[in-house]
Amino acid sequence: MNAQDAILVALALPLVGALGIALAGRINGNLREAVTLLTAGGLALTVWQIAPVIMSGDRPGVTLAEILPGLSIAFTVEPLGMLFAALASSLWIINSVYSIGYMRGNAEKHQTRFYVMFAVSLAATMGIAFAGNLFTLFLFYEALTLATYPLVAHKGDEKTIRSARVYLGLLLATSIGLFLPAIIWTYSVAGTGDFTVGGILAGNLQGPAVGLLLALFVFGIGKAAVMPVHRWLPAAMVAPTPVSALLHAVAVVKAGVFSVTKIIVYIFGVDNLFGTVGSGWLLYAASFTVIAASVVALRQTNLKRLLAYSTVAQLSYVVMAAAILKPLAEIGAAIHIVAHAFGKITLFFAAGAIYTAAKKTELWQLRGIGRRMPITMTAFTIGAISMIGVPPTAGFVSKWYIIAGAFQADNYFAVMTIIASTALNAAYFLPIIYMAWFESEAEPPEQPHGEAPWPAVLALSLTAFLTVAFFFFNGPVLELERQVVAGISP
Amino acid sequence: MNALTLHLPALQVIVPMLMAPFVVLLRARSLPWAAATATSLLTFSIALQLTMIVMDGNPVSYEMGSWVAPYGIELQVDAFSALVLLIVTGASSVALIGGRESLASIISTDREPFFFAAWLLALAGMAGIVVAADAFNIFVFMEISSLASYVLIAAGPDRRALPATFKYLILGTIGATFYLIGVGLIYMMTGTLNLGDMELRIHEVADQKPILAAAGFITVGLALKAAIFPLHVWLPNAYTYAPHIVTTFLAACATKVSLYVLLRFDFFVFQQNLAGHEFQFAAYLMPLAVLGILVGSVVAMFESNIKRMLAFSSVAQIGYMMLGASFVSATGLTAATLHMFNHALAKGGLFLATAAIAVIAAGCRLSDIAGLARRMPWTFAALVVSGLSLIGVPGTAGFISKWYLINAALELETGGIALVALILVSSLMAVVYIWRIVETACFGESVETEVKRVPTALVIALWAVAIANVGFGIAPDLPLSLSAAAADILLGHVR
Repeated sequence: MNAQDAILVALALPLVGALGIALAGRINGNLREAVTLLTAGGLALTVWQIAPVIMSGDRPGVTLAEILPGLSIAFTVEPLGMLFAALASSLWIINSVYSIGYMRGNAEKHQTRFYVMFAVSLAATMGIAFAGNLFTLFLFYEALTLATYPLVAHKGDEKTIRSARVYLGLLLATSIGLFLPAIIWTYSVAGTGDFTVGGILAGNLQGPAVGLLLALFVFGIGKAAVMPVHRWLPAAMVAPTPVSALLHAVAVVKAGVFSVTKIIVYIFGVDNLFGTVGSGWLLYAASFTVIAASVVALRQTNLKRLLAYSTVAQLSYVVMAAAILKPLAEIGAAIHIVAHAFGKITLFFAAGAIYTAAKKTELWQLRGIGRRMPITMTAFTIGAISMIGVPPTAGFVSKWYIIAGAFQADNYFAVMTIIASTALNAAYFLPIIYMAWFESEAEPPEQPHGEAPWPAVLALSLTAFLTVAFFFFNGPVLELERQVVAGISP
Repeated sequence: MNALTLHLPALQVIVPMLMAPFVVLLRARSLPWAAATATSLLTFSIALQLTMIVMDGNPVSYEMGSWVAPYGIELQVDAFSALVLLIVTGASSVALIGGRESLASIISTDREPFFFAAWLLALAGMAGIVVAADAFNIFVFMEISSLASYVLIAAGPDRRALPATFKYLILGTIGATFYLIGVGLIYMMTGTLNLGDMELRIHEVADQKPILAAAGFITVGLALKAAIFPLHVWLPNAYTYAPHIVTTFLAACATKVSLYVLLRFDFFVFQQNLAGHEFQFAAYLMPLAVLGILVGSVVAMFESNIKRMLAFSSVAQIGYMMLGASFVSATGLTAATLHMFNHALAKGGLFLATAAIAVIAAGCRLSDIAGLARRMPWTFAALVVSGLSLIGVPGTAGFISKWYLINAALELETGGIALVALILVSSLMAVVYIWRIVETACFGESVETEVKRVPTALVIALWAVAIANVGFGIAPDLPLSLSAAAADILLGHVR
């Protein structure tokens, strides 16, 4: 299979898988889950096949259809997209294992629909990762919103539906109202929307218009959750935990910050933007989100909502890193997509495991739970440490690069933001860890419980392992992302 | 070209016209429907063949009874006509295929033959308007289609259909009369009715004042028929109270046919042949188009009856077409003509969905459809797809014409950005009103409904339209090449 074919297979495989899951779901659950795992494995294999080609410097691409002259559905794989696709497809395997444990452990309804829509969402994610131009990116961005809606609204009760409405309404309204006009504007001034090394807007757009266009993009891509368009993310927490774990810690939210990064690098052009007055606001907007979301997280009492606000903050880390507009910071942005994914999926897995085993969702209920669920809480601790950015975890690596990038730009505001948010992260994660390990249960639970079902425990152990492993073994990823910043002035 | 192909322009009109009296004689239940559907499909296939013939850019001309134009009656089909013919015959066919049960439930068996005869006459009239190459035959066919449409609308189950029809009849007649006065004035001054001939002779006229007056009468008369703001007042009620299937048919093509005549007449005869006409056309229609877009969209946002909401949305969408045309540029005219096609797809899909909803729901108010999406997921999925196309979301047909419209606006030297902002704002308003339908249907408290199944044919027709909305959004070659050719043809007459 050459790289071009692999791109098409990666897009089609999850859809074929979705069909297979739907058919298998009519026969029995085991077969359905087998098809899911098979599809996830096949997708990861396909995506990983493209990696060596990208490493060697090639940029394989396919054009699916040319709708109008200059406006086509086309895919090109470059290092950022490669990383995102590899991340999402690989974590889908682990997440599917976890889903089996979670969905069965909680006896959820409509499990077939759940697995089918999950596969469709992954197909949309692949489209976003490989999109070769803004138009294609937009198509799959919208497809991802629509495909994840049934997953968010999964429970189907009134409260869930209300939250799902916020989710759908906010993401659709921002994308059609801001993102789409930004795309049309870009096409009309540049004559193209292709992701091009060095950007396409240099010389086509000057002055305050650049800042305005950037604003349309950043707030139009609601999935990046830069305040004030972050409200959908806490709302999405009504979904079953596997959805929060893979989609609202990895695929959907990362699709947002990935798109923002990609647009800054390949549409605006990093150097072009650095020299433009009026684009500086993004750094401050992102910093504000980092701090404000951390403060809000500090006040949460529900574990999943706390994780959601922590995600909002961490996403803006990526946006802020991209907005520093220096090579090391762009590398930091790309790596933070990975580092945060490993840490946050572990935290969500742990939250879901606690819910499955003990039906606990609030922070105060977690006293002494470390003794009943040692593996889960160990993984949780590793994830939390990574969020704070303490070695030896993945979070340290990305923070290192972001800070290095900030020094490249002599941007001490960004450095201060990172320091402050590190303190805040520690302030809301450490008490949980302390409570879980060192306090004792207020009263024994009605039913004594141990760990969650083994697939869930296996999954969260794996991601916790990855969080630590990424600290020691990140060379290839760094090497890959260095290709993105080749040519950007330090 | 074989013998039959030569006669296609005439057959396009004659087939439905001759079938109409025949259908009146069919007494058995469902037979009139079957005959009308078969006829409609036949006209559709004729339109397809004509499209194939004119695709390469050569218009087909047909002389009735071999009398040479301008003395005899000339029919002419070019890319622009072919595009509109496809809309008219396609809308009629899809509406009839999906609409058997929906129509049978409101029209008593003994009246069915007359109803379907009227349908065929409306079809023949509209096809006639499109193929006729002289001003007077356009008027005759306009009257045929209008009278037949009044019958169709009056067949609505609600008694309010009657005053709605009456209003339409009065205003429609005023429009037709204005048109006729204008044609009369031109005939007086040039001595010809053939549009091509008129274009040549208009230069020889010494005193152009009567012709300028004629241009005014014709523009206003046709604007009334095309429901261009503020002459749209007949449209909302007529669409609301007509039978759902009739609304589908008429909303997809009736106003567009009048718009077609307006553009054709104007570009063939008046544009730049007439001193002072710019004011009547671009300078006069652009503000009206802008107002139509805004007012139509705003009213639609606050309307609680789905059919009225969609009718006001039509007023806004006609504004888009006028806006494109008022740029008098290749891109603008491409956008205008392409939007005729794409709007027919989007609005046709939405009204077909309304017909499907009406099978179960008690009425067409938003409160009647609360929570219905859970019971009819397929219908509402198709409604969403058509709605996205109406909004102009990428990947759907509506996006392509909006894209061209925005590009045309950006080509303007002044005010382009303001118009782009207008288009975007009104698209957002479309998001609001389509979202209101979807939100009520998906998240509303379920209401009591009848336990009935939506006819399979209706669901199939609906999905055919929904898929066409996506298909022509991803591969818009056919309508795009037709509308680009149409823009060329229209501009070719501007010297």
